[in-house]
Amino acid sequence: MDYFVLVIAAIFVNNIVLAQYLGNCPFIGTSKESGVAIGMGLAVVFVAAMAAVITWCVQKFLLAPNDLGYLQTIAFILVIAALVQFVELFLKKVIPPLYKSLGIFLPLITTNCAVLGIAIICQREEFTLLETLIFSVASGLGFMLALVVLASIRERLDLARVPISMKGTPLGLIMAGLMSLAFFAFKGMAS
Amino acid sequence: MSSLWKEFSKGLWKDLPPFKLVLGLCPVLAVTKTAYNGFGMGMAVIFVLALSNLLVSLLRKVIPAKVRIACFIVVAASLVVCVELLMQAYAYPLYQQLGIFVPLIVVNCIILGRAEAFASKNPVLLSVADGLGMGIGFTISLTFLGSIRELLGTGQWFGMQVLSDWFEPVRFMVEAPGAFVCLGVLLAAMNAFTNWQRRTKGLEAVQGPVHDCKTCGMCATKPGA
Repeated sequence: MDYFVLVIAAIFVNNIVLAQYLGNCPFIGTSKESGVAIGMGLAVVFVAAMAAVITWCVQKFLLAPNDLGYLQTIAFILVIAALVQFVELFLKKVIPPLYKSLGIFLPLITTNCAVLGIAIICQREEFTLLETLIFSVASGLGFMLALVVLASIRERLDLARVPISMKGTPLGLIMAGLMSLAFFAFKGMAS
Repeated sequence: MSSLWKEFSKGLWKDLPPFKLVLGLCPVLAVTKTAYNGFGMGMAVIFVLALSNLLVSLLRKVIPAKVRIACFIVVAASLVVCVELLMQAYAYPLYQQLGIFVPLIVVNCIILGRAEAFASKNPVLLSVADGLGMGIGFTISLTFLGSIRELLGTGQWFGMQVLSDWFEPVRFMVEAPGAFVCLGVLLAAMNAFTNWQRRTKGLEAVQGPVHDCKTCGMCATKPGA
């Protein structure tokens, strides 16, 4: 039951983009078409989950026993950068169709602060390995949900007549704000 | 000397990081609940950005092109760790306020973007000027956004009560939705100002800077490619 609460909290209550302000660059940058948004969302779910689990192991078995906690930031970002490269090579060789649809998003993910953010949150909350896995997948899904919904809204907004100064990013941000307001209603339902 | 000033001053208006380049949005939205937090975050970014530009520029002939992104990340991450330790020692309350966003400076597109787009191609002094200018522009933007949100959300400015009892604080502004809406409206105002300037020169109005990952030097290039 606790795990269920964890999932709901990560997707809706503490949505990674709309309540925690993580991953905003890709959130605004790749939400112009829903096809692109789905690809980016899947790539984030995939990488965030792997990164969180691997960084959890790095922290537990490498940094903590050797009293190297202050190297956390360097170690995590290097692990994520290497992981992204590895996933890219792996997909290219083994699952070419998946590489075709996700490949272009993978380089963008190294600097996606949602991925590093999720890994660090898992450490700060002192999650177990299973909780880390569940939390990271759910957070990734929360990111994907927000991204896909915003992309669908922005696709329709393309047809609307808006002042030229509002077009593009400003309107995207304001739409994100309204979505965030809707998600705000979940606040306090789970911590 | 004039080129030094040019590189320094472009970060203050022409390429003002969060507004004109639309980079590094997460800290812009997350830490601007109060003006003080925005200012503190800006200071940390100035430190990292100026020093990472300095180091990357010094090492630009040594770093092999193929692994340059990884090298930039290591440089930025080392500096971020320095900032983390310095803040824990001398500004612990601020460190706690900024929370997870201090380590996340390392993935702020501005740091890697400037390393890739400027410092890796230019001499040391110019790169430091560029880093300082961009950092100061970033700090001004964050402090400005933080001031608006703090003033409307709590009636205070840098923790001092500015608006008295007649003002009913709008809590919306200090919560997540307010951050998005406030930044969106500011960006639109900025675009409207640019368009007004263009119209007075007889030019056609244009859409504002588009945010996609191509504006970020890091994302436009595949790591290791």
